[in-house]
Amino acid sequence: MDQSQITDRLKARFGERILSTYALCGQEAVTILPADLVEVLTFLRDEPELRFNMLMDVGGVDYLGYGGDGEDEDEVRSHRFEIAYQMFSYDLRHRYRVKVAVKDDSVEVPSLWEIWRGANWMEREVYDMFGIRFTGHPNLRRILNHDDFVGHPLRKDYPITKRQKLSRPIDHLLTDKQEWA
Amino acid sequence: MGLESQLDNPFLTTTIDTVVNWGRKYSMWPLPFGTACCAVEFMGVVGPKYDISRFGAELVRFSPRQADLLLVMGTVTQKMAPILKQIYDQMPQPKWVVSMGACASSGGFYDNYSVVQGIDEIIPVDIYVAGCPPTPENVIGAVYKLQQKISQEKVAAWR
Amino acid sequence: MNTPKLPAGVEPVAQSEVTETLVVNIGPSHPITHGTLRLQLELDGETILRAGAEIGYLHRGYEKQSETVFYNMVVPYAERMNYCSTIHNASAWCYAVEQLMGIEAPARAQAIRVITSEMARITDHCVCLGANMVDLGALTNFWYLNNVREKMLFLFQELSGARMMTNYPRIGGVVQDLPDGWITKLRQAMEDMQGLVGDVKSLVSNNRIFIDRTQGVCPTTKERALNFGWTGPCLRSTGLSMDLRKDQPYWGYERYDFKVPVYQNGDTMDRLLIRFDEMEESRKIILQALDKLPDGPHLVDDHLVVLPEKDKVYNQMEALINHFKLVMHGVRPPKGEIYSFTESPNGELGFYIISDGSPRAWRVRVRPPCFANYSAFPQMLQGAMVADVAAALGSINIIAGELDR
Repeated sequence: MDQSQITDRLKARFGERILSTYALCGQEAVTILPADLVEVLTFLRDEPELRFNMLMDVGGVDYLGYGGDGEDEDEVRSHRFEIAYQMFSYDLRHRYRVKVAVKDDSVEVPSLWEIWRGANWMEREVYDMFGIRFTGHPNLRRILNHDDFVGHPLRKDYPITKRQKLSRPIDHLLTDKQEWA
Repeated sequence: MGLESQLDNPFLTTTIDTVVNWGRKYSMWPLPFGTACCAVEFMGVVGPKYDISRFGAELVRFSPRQADLLLVMGTVTQKMAPILKQIYDQMPQPKWVVSMGACASSGGFYDNYSVVQGIDEIIPVDIYVAGCPPTPENVIGAVYKLQQKISQEKVAAWR
Repeated sequence: MNTPKLPAGVEPVAQSEVTETLVVNIGPSHPITHGTLRLQLELDGETILRAGAEIGYLHRGYEKQSETVFYNMVVPYAERMNYCSTIHNASAWCYAVEQLMGIEAPARAQAIRVITSEMARITDHCVCLGANMVDLGALTNFWYLNNVREKMLFLFQELSGARMMTNYPRIGGVVQDLPDGWITKLRQAMEDMQGLVGDVKSLVSNNRIFIDRTQGVCPTTKERALNFGWTGPCLRSTGLSMDLRKDQPYWGYERYDFKVPVYQNGDTMDRLLIRFDEMEESRKIILQALDKLPDGPHLVDDHLVVLPEKDKVYNQMEALINHFKLVMHGVRPPKGEIYSFTESPNGELGFYIISDGSPRAWRVRVRPPCFANYSAFPQMLQGAMVADVAAALGSINIIAGELDR
């Protein structure tokens, strides 16, 4: 299905809850609030004409200071973070992107771990890199950086050369039952 | 039949340093601490075309207890750094370290929060090999250079 | 679930008799982990009850680093992500930026990208298979496949000057045309490769030890593969057919006639054997691409993207200014965002780029195929034996550089 049709379907179904839409280079996306995330993605998965059964990627974005040159008024966002969910339908071979607007790191985003197991590590990475917390995640701890790391490196206010040393040789031992998930 | 039949006297006079260093330099057992791209290029070095066994250093050991040459191949991150230190400490003496590639030697072009800017911040290094990744010839050159270095060593100094 | 085969007369220990389990740590510096992965296994005897994986030991900050350099300067970083198939990653990055800018590489450049990226696929599969065979104790195959790899690396060296990190693709095409006589050498290499790979396949595919070590080991169902977001050869080994070269063709893949190999069982053996078939298909694509190689420029004709020829830079003022402007100010895509995807040797390699109109990307997010594949690995291990870890880990071909970025 053409991506613009998917946008129309989502608009018809969710109406005002779609904050904004986006289209460029044949790719379209919608922005929603975290509270609607599970509902929108399960709609995309269960609708017979859409059948988005694969979650390809979860990636965070930090918009701190974006469009600061004042050239484009629309570019100044009221939220700092966005999380982009790249959806793919194995059966119908089409793609779509759903973006979640996260005001700041006090807002929690529902975890998709229950629906797609692959979201487990991807959400851990977003937490590690941006500090966005996911509710319902079984094992939300750092994945790429070590346990002593303070801060979230992909935030725009984290200096790229700020190095943090790890003193212990083995930094994490799995003890808790949940962590084996 | 052998060498001794050519000699009138079956004894040779030499120094301990010479004979021990001669033995050591042609029988290095490397521990390939391969983390990244350079480790894949090291497969080429041990492979049939370049064949590091011509220089006596082909017996790759993954246990630090059995190795005397630590080949650090690839980027060492802050998370990996204590492990590298531990492995170096576990190796029995005499031991030598070759830092293969730009990342291990200086952090390479990864000047950022997670990469150690050269393994010499953590462990002593004998030979640095340039390249990203170094060509197999360059790695063999490093082994050759290390052999020259070993032949100059004093056995007593390792005690 | 694998139940261990016990010798005759030995009674299996009933589950209720298990009083104590043992937690074993493997890695991050361990021969089977091919670099920097760490596993923790909870064992009941030799059987794995639970497994946990720890990654991030090769986290080099690719995504943060890409935000600080110009678009063309990301090419070397992209190559070092998957260091077994370097040139494919670089081409995929350039393709993503081209899509963002709305330009298309010339036909000749696209055909060269197809050729080089299929060569990279052969190299990647050679390293994966060769290293995994070593883990299974079959060292001979490693030497054979290493020979194939050396042939490819030699050709890359002729093409670009470097064996592995070619830095050959550019935004808008490839940096230079194919050198003289290269095509003949590639044809010869393809012929040699067929024999060597065929030898290895015949050595392993009927080998009793290989079959015993891999058949039925750590299988994956279709449902689990889709649930975890598997792509590439690992997904195709479970009976699902998904190949972006067929589904959403890029670089003119629709012009070539090739099959997508699909295996049904999803076990370690299928994940390995499918790579032999893929190498054969890659060989076919390369030969077709060489036959159909179009003439024409190898770079797009756009002075905002491509540096002018050196000859003009030295002799014409305009070209000199153009060169200076492009080097100092970089390629500037318009504001916007793109999710670009290609079929890398391990599966779907996605680049999600957000541009704010400046010469540096605002955000680069990579969707590495290994990340999704490896996140299913702890579950795959449940019920397997300790020795199966080596076989199964090699078969999903984890490249730490891509996994941790």
